Amino acid sequence: MLKITNLDKTFNKGTDNEIQVFKNFNLEVKRNTCLAIIGSNGCGKSTLLNMIGGNLSSDSGSIKISGVEVSNMSEEKRSKYLGRVYQDPSMGVSPSLSILENMSLADKKGGSFSLRKLINKNHLEKYRELLKDLDLGLENIMDTKVKFLSGGQRQSLSLVMSAMKHPDLLLLDEHTAALDPKTSAVVMGKTEELIDKFQMTTMMISHNMRDAIEFSDRIIMLDKGEIVLDTRSQDITEEELHNIYRDKIKESVA
Amino acid sequence: MNALLMTSFEQGLIFSILAMGVFITNKILKIADLSVEGTFPFGAFIFAKFLLMGVSPIVSTLLAFLFGTLAGLMTATFFTKLKIRPILAGILTMNIFYSINLRLNGKSNIPLFNNDLIFDLGPKIAILIGIIIFVKLLMDWFLKTEIGYLLIATGDNESLVKSLGKNSDNFKILGLMLSNGLIAMSGALMAQSQGFVDITMGRSMIVVALASIIIGDTIFSKSEKLKPTTRAIIGAVLYKIIGGIAIDLGLESTDLEAINAIIVVLFLTYNNFFTDILDKFKNKEGKTNVKNN
Repeated sequence: MLKITNLDKTFNKGTDNEIQVFKNFNLEVKRNTCLAIIGSNGCGKSTLLNMIGGNLSSDSGSIKISGVEVSNMSEEKRSKYLGRVYQDPSMGVSPSLSILENMSLADKKGGSFSLRKLINKNHLEKYRELLKDLDLGLENIMDTKVKFLSGGQRQSLSLVMSAMKHPDLLLLDEHTAALDPKTSAVVMGKTEELIDKFQMTTMMISHNMRDAIEFSDRIIMLDKGEIVLDTRSQDITEEELHNIYRDKIKESVA
Repeated sequence: MNALLMTSFEQGLIFSILAMGVFITNKILKIADLSVEGTFPFGAFIFAKFLLMGVSPIVSTLLAFLFGTLAGLMTATFFTKLKIRPILAGILTMNIFYSINLRLNGKSNIPLFNNDLIFDLGPKIAILIGIIIFVKLLMDWFLKTEIGYLLIATGDNESLVKSLGKNSDNFKILGLMLSNGLIAMSGALMAQSQGFVDITMGRSMIVVALASIIIGDTIFSKSEKLKPTTRAIIGAVLYKIIGGIAIDLGLESTDLEAINAIIVVLFLTYNNFFTDILDKFKNKEGKTNVKNN
């Protein structure tokens, strides 16, 4: 499903601040897998997701999604294979538009945009059903502008919008990090439901070990751009994961 | 209504097209496009060029719109393709068009008194209102289309537009073209209203446009239902009428530039301070009520 081969990325090349984040990085993710990526700040988690998402280019190497080489594609071209939810709840939505308008835009993803009216009343029920699954009551306030929603509501909406066209690969970039623990748990629950419902292959960055074990099938730990742990989630406990994480960080600092 | 206020009202209507144009860049795309001061007179000079070549005033006005879109394309190219910051891109276009405007007819002032103009077709105020309603309805319709929504989303969140599979730069280009087309059309109408074209007619136009938008937004800040185009039109008319009243009260016409700027300062001050104070006052009242309960 996702195959990354010999990926290289160096920031600030040729300067005193040169940082090599990835060298000959390889990763394969099977279809319908939910992969959690953990690691300390600066280990390359977000850089990896940005290179897959296309808002950051790699120096060399190959990224294939469903067999299609995307490493040289622009961000907008490769978006047809991808759904993405960012850490910032306003990144996946248009805040000055209503929930209905945002959903209608997301529904047109990958299609041609013309001078037809965007809002199609015939699709209203479909959007309502999708929002109803979130259990947040968003289906009753579809004309409300998204800027008036809470962070958790926005992030849930962003999740539905990213998932509604069933992307080959869903990228979750610490999408619950900006939320309070209770809201975060709700959004994670909704995330799991949507992943199961649409059978999506998912890559999820998380700093929460419990979430990583509970919601993913496979966990990789990155350190200095290398995979230092690659395990099935069911084969590891939260405590073991914490210990490995602590040891790796210690090694890394030493 | 006395003659001065009537003139102010007419000018307000003409400037409302300018304000609707600047609304696209300033409020929708959130880009500060300063090329306005070059493209407003450009519309007037293009209009004069075609009119003096024998083209009808209606077609010449439409051509002013068309050529205005090309001016917008220039700023957009500087901005999106050459990666020049928008504010500088606009200033560069403005400077280029200063020279183009002088070149177009070979002089800096062109009288139009002896030519047929769009306002000769009927009562001036009725023609102006007709044009403005047409432009407003067209813009309202466009902003409800799929492409219109992508334009709004581009100003809101480019990542979303890219995630939908679209290049957000294309919508910045489209927005700047439409905006400058309307600005140039407003310039062409102003030329016909005053009966001449002058190289200085673009001066302070960015202040006029922003003031119109700010006034409309301030007065109708609580009316979510009122369309932004309606706010821009009302803002532009009020802005010119306030200026007209100031002159009517005895201020010199040479004071107009200062009066215009002071009107903007007053409305912005109201927005920045007094709405906050009012909100705080209301919140305090709200809190007291909660306690009492």
